[in-house]
Amino acid sequence: MNARDEVLTRLRAARPSGAVTVSRDYDPPAPDGTDLVELLTDRLLDYRATVRRCDAAALPTVLASLLTDASVVVVPPGLPSAWLGGTDVAQLTDDGGLTPGQLDLPGAVVVTGCAIACARTGTIILDAGPDQGRRVLTLVPDRHICVVRVDQVVYGIPEALSRLTDPTRPLTMISGPSATSDIELNRVEGVHGPRHLTIILLLP
Amino acid sequence: MTGTGNIVAALPFPTAAKPKLADSQLRDNLRRATHTIRDKRLRTVAELPEWERLRLAGAAIKDDVLARLPELLVEFEAAATAAGATVHWARDAAEACGIAVDLALSTGTREVVKIKSMATQEIGLNEALEAVGITPIETDLAELIVQLAGDTPSHILVPAIHYNRHQIRELFARRMPGVDLDALTDDPAALAEAARRHLRARFFSARVAISGANFAIAETGTLVVVESEGNGRMCLTLPETLISVVGVEKILPTVRDLDVFLQLLPRSSTGERMNPYTSAWTGVTPGDGPQQVHVILVDNGRSDVLADPVGRQALRCIRCSACLNVCPVYERVGGHAYGSVYPGPIGAILSPQLSGAGANATLPFASTLCGACFEACPVRIDIPEVLVHLRQEIVAAAGATPERAAMRAAAWVLRDRRRYSAALRAARRFAAPLRLVGRPDAVRHLPWPLTRWSASRDTPLPARETFREWWSRERA
Ligand code: SF4
Repeated sequence: MNARDEVLTRLRAARPSGAVTVSRDYDPPAPDGTDLVELLTDRLLDYRATVRRCDAAALPTVLASLLTDASVVVVPPGLPSAWLGGTDVAQLTDDGGLTPGQLDLPGAVVVTGCAIACARTGTIILDAGPDQGRRVLTLVPDRHICVVRVDQVVYGIPEALSRLTDPTRPLTMISGPSATSDIELNRVEGVHGPRHLTIILLLP
Repeated sequence: MTGTGNIVAALPFPTAAKPKLADSQLRDNLRRATHTIRDKRLRTVAELPEWERLRLAGAAIKDDVLARLPELLVEFEAAATAAGATVHWARDAAEACGIAVDLALSTGTREVVKIKSMATQEIGLNEALEAVGITPIETDLAELIVQLAGDTPSHILVPAIHYNRHQIRELFARRMPGVDLDALTDDPAALAEAARRHLRARFFSARVAISGANFAIAETGTLVVVESEGNGRMCLTLPETLISVVGVEKILPTVRDLDVFLQLLPRSSTGERMNPYTSAWTGVTPGDGPQQVHVILVDNGRSDVLADPVGRQALRCIRCSACLNVCPVYERVGGHAYGSVYPGPIGAILSPQLSGAGANATLPFASTLCGACFEACPVRIDIPEVLVHLRQEIVAAAGATPERAAMRAAAWVLRDRRRYSAALRAARRFAAPLRLVGRPDAVRHLPWPLTRWSASRDTPLPARETFREWWSRERA
């Protein structure tokens, strides 16, 4: 018997019988009066991310002010072009061919949108949509600036996952800058992923 | 088929534990680390009023998976294959290593980058790669520490928990090639920076990565890796070839089930609301990430564990390590004393079940049955229940020993309340002179046949009065 058939045969012989019901009562609604934007901000600050708020009209100016010391801006192919209208920093738009070496330039900053954000855990979910691009874009540069529209913010993880349009796309869930708890079990920011995460909450 | 690989202790637990008990630096490091994480876990768990419901759902989802495992694995295989992955099956550690080594060799690479994974440690993949001349590079900070030290991991989540910052600084200074000694202090941020510099070029040049997976979703063929540092993202994104070694019990039926586990796991493991990075990938995505994707599904003793009606709950384990951090025995002896790659309470029930009767026979006795592990476990594994069950099997399989005779006698005494009260009174008479000499409430060395029992623990003297006696005196 080959390995596949043997493993499956053993598991069939060993498994318990009887159906198991899973009760899905673990997803409470947000408590009355919860301000999702406030909650998300609180969580992000706890992870030592930087948080800004502005409306669409002010976004190019806010982005420009965040990019003053950038050497190059990495841009996913579908980022709205108006967003970077206020800055003259050199742009590197990904056509699918940018190499890790190009993305690793000192002072490189990547600007993206996101798919969804979960307020309760301070988590931004990227699904490689056109305004986020390939996974490597948000991984190699040392700074990531992510624009989150308020209508993308939900309360808990169950709702966040259920709002993903296609969970088989490459998913990256980000909760704060890269960190480690490996030394004496205390969280320290900054290992291999971006060491600086800035979230811009885009108000209507 | 019983499991093989790094799950069998070379020494009986009491022998391995003894030198650890004498190492006060180790105990300090462990106490500080486990207490930090315990307190954090309690705080973030308390934030979720639905925590118990999440635990119940987590346990139920895993029980459902165990009941439907063959169908779900076939479903996973079909979905992952349709998405461009190649799925392999392995009966045991040697077969899994063989598949992974052949895949790595066929790329012509001389080194692979690795994401921390219990499954690859369990099957001994690093040793197998080294044997054919391929260098495995551990990229998780703690795994890197352990690898540079030529040591073995001592904790599921924080393999270098037995090192403090000063020791890590010394190790990096001596063993990390090209480390900048001027910038290297024992500040954790400086240590993390040194690891970043050391590994960055490796990530950019690596052609093959090896990972495990926290979850494998049957519905979609998706694999999920939960991590903190971004080394996982590097490995999952940059190389051309990705090989993931996955225990068969890691299956979840649907994407929706992730919502339970993405809440249970981070709070239970690092005590955070969410870990910094979680990656999910489904087969191959053209233009994004590895274009050669392999999944190796490993049994290695799990089907045997599944066959035991009491012991099978150990297969619910999501390797969060909460049970280690609350265990009074683990806190004193550390992970190495358990021999297997699975230490602590979960190791005491999982390793002997995976490896089969005989090997690891002392592990189920490495516990005080205090129950803290069950309270902490996010998938409600009743570890004390399984420990007692395994002890009974081991005692039944062994011949008469002093311990066995003592256990039999204890069972006889405990079955009857009058016998129990009489035994307690006798014990108090025996203990009275001891109170005059040593510590007022404990004795270090018991006479034979209990010498071995007391070799590594103090034995509390019986209370001067039992609760029952106090109650009848006060209330009568
Ligand atoms: S047994 Fe429970 S607490 Fe221990 S590692 Fe596994 S899931 Fe976590």
